[in-house]
Amino acid sequence: MPKIRFEQIEKYYGSVRVLPPLDLELDDGEFTVLVGPSGCGKSTTLRIVAGLEELSGGEIYFDDKPISGLESKERDLAMVFQDYALYPHMNIAKNMSFALRLNRTPKAEIDEKVNRVAEMLNIGQLLDRKPAELSGGQRQRVAMGRALVRDASTFLFDEPLSNLDAKLRGKMRTELAEMRDNLDKNMIYVTHDQIEAMTLGDRIVVMSEGIIQQQGTPEQLFKEPVNRFVAGFIGSPTMNFLDAEISETGKGVTASGDGFSLLLDGPLAQRLKSHSSKKVALGIRPSSFSDDVSVGPTMDLRLIVSEYLGAQSTLVTRCGSEEVLVEHNSSIPPRAGATMTFALRTDEVMAFDTETGIRI
Amino acid sequence: MTAASRINRMTPYLFLAPAALVLVIALLYPIGFMIYASFLDWRPSQYISEAEWVGLRNYINLASDEAFLESFGVTLRFAAIVVTLEMALGVGLALLLDRKLRGMAALRTIFILPMMIAPIVVGLMWRYMYHPTVGIFNRTLKDWGFDPIPWLSDGSWSFVAVVIADVWQWTPFIFILSLAALQSLPQSALEAAQIDGASGWQKIIYIKLPLMMPVLIVAVLLRLIDAFKVLEVILVMTNGGPGLSTEILSLRIFRTAQEFQELGYAAAMSNYLLIMLMLLTIAMFAYNSLTERRSARLRAAAQEDA
Repeated sequence: MPKIRFEQIEKYYGSVRVLPPLDLELDDGEFTVLVGPSGCGKSTTLRIVAGLEELSGGEIYFDDKPISGLESKERDLAMVFQDYALYPHMNIAKNMSFALRLNRTPKAEIDEKVNRVAEMLNIGQLLDRKPAELSGGQRQRVAMGRALVRDASTFLFDEPLSNLDAKLRGKMRTELAEMRDNLDKNMIYVTHDQIEAMTLGDRIVVMSEGIIQQQGTPEQLFKEPVNRFVAGFIGSPTMNFLDAEISETGKGVTASGDGFSLLLDGPLAQRLKSHSSKKVALGIRPSSFSDDVSVGPTMDLRLIVSEYLGAQSTLVTRCGSEEVLVEHNSSIPPRAGATMTFALRTDEVMAFDTETGIRI
Repeated sequence: MTAASRINRMTPYLFLAPAALVLVIALLYPIGFMIYASFLDWRPSQYISEAEWVGLRNYINLASDEAFLESFGVTLRFAAIVVTLEMALGVGLALLLDRKLRGMAALRTIFILPMMIAPIVVGLMWRYMYHPTVGIFNRTLKDWGFDPIPWLSDGSWSFVAVVIADVWQWTPFIFILSLAALQSLPQSALEAAQIDGASGWQKIIYIKLPLMMPVLIVAVLLRLIDAFKVLEVILVMTNGGPGLSTEILSLRIFRTAQEFQELGYAAAMSNYLLIMLMLLTIAMFAYNSLTERRSARLRAAAQEDA
């Protein structure tokens, strides 16, 4: 498995720059997820690795060997496309064995490989059907199977689950996670869905406007986001951002804004001291609120809607004029319009510079 | 059933009636007339009622008429050769030009120009170009120091000459259809093939051509039907000669009616041609409904599984 290194790769379409110079290193055997909103350059990056797009500048190295001059087939990779990209005129067995047949692999070996992968993906009974005769989920599996049969050293996934319905997507996500643990391959996975990113990635690369915002393990991104974009992108329900003014009092640091005033302590308070009498954006995860008012400073929130999800509810509340999401234990059903008091676990609160968005 | 609802049920037929009438007068009557005429020994100087009823004699005679069979052979040969050449050239050009080139739109318009010229004009144009002394081909050959070619005065060459003219005029038709088919191919399947390691040729052979096949089959059938009916270009260029070397069936029919004044015999020939074209058309419809039914079945199967 090669170690993949991007060095100052750039992509222009005419005079439009879609990818500013970008550096990235992917370790051997890693499952890397490129995640970001549409148009952030993640798919372009993947297609450049695949050889479907040419680089406008920079170089990609597989184990220190530059690959930009190589054809797709010389890069030893397999790819799963968003729309599956099956060959409509070939049956499933032919679809899966296309690459091997081009290679003039002996027939017995082809049959053995196709059957093994089909067995693994549970599509053995579909081998003589055409893609049009399959449902979306089955096509997805075939696309996956076609990549697996190749036995390439690097696997590329371009939003493979985004055309499936929610239930199937969840199922395939689990199967992919299982596959990831069983295969010792480089995998690069592109998605806009942060849940997929969090469940699948050994390492997540968050991109926005062609720029890598942050990379790290799911836990790092969730707990230590470097800026407001990453904090808002990772985590579900999404983080609340409240504008607040910082003031230093005798007891510590107070952050106050429209409808709240919080006395902060701990390391965050220390870091905020230098921002005294300045504005910051407070980042509070919906899970940082607690019913138990003894855990920290409190906020009064007016309930607008309660999204009942079973054991948990997501409460859409208002604090002053800002909307605030709260994760709440559903045992006592709250009443819309009521004002509720929640305590904040202040060690989970983050603060961001209002101008640069960088975490303080 | 009330009177009102009965009238309501009749309404669609009332609306269809004028179209049906036009169809009967303009299409069915002439065809019926021709079929009727093919059973007669009929000269232009006679009223049709005076013509002698000869039953199937015209058809039977035709089956052993050497000139007719020769024409039939020329037509088959002509159609097979031009359609093969046009398919190869048209599809080949489409594969070559299926890319983003500057000025592609203008180039495409120029490519389809021959198709837009009236066949008579095409015939005249080529006849001048093939002219033994002042035509561009022989003048060029002479300039380069070669012997002139008897384009229209030698049996083999004149067949080649009409084939070239037809290929020139109708290759663009195949080209345009193939290009449209190519550009509607699923792009991601081609990308998948590239990742799977297919070379340019392998992509054409294993992915592009099979996926274009439905369009190509219809294109072949349309061109075959047209090639069997070709008349004007050849009439103007060679008038079927020299000898019978370029006398295609429609030209033979034309001459039988005009020069030999045997209307019934010509009608019988027309019917042979009609039967052959019918078979081709039925083949085309059958192919279409077959593919439609197949895709409907596939869709149904996929939905059941989902």
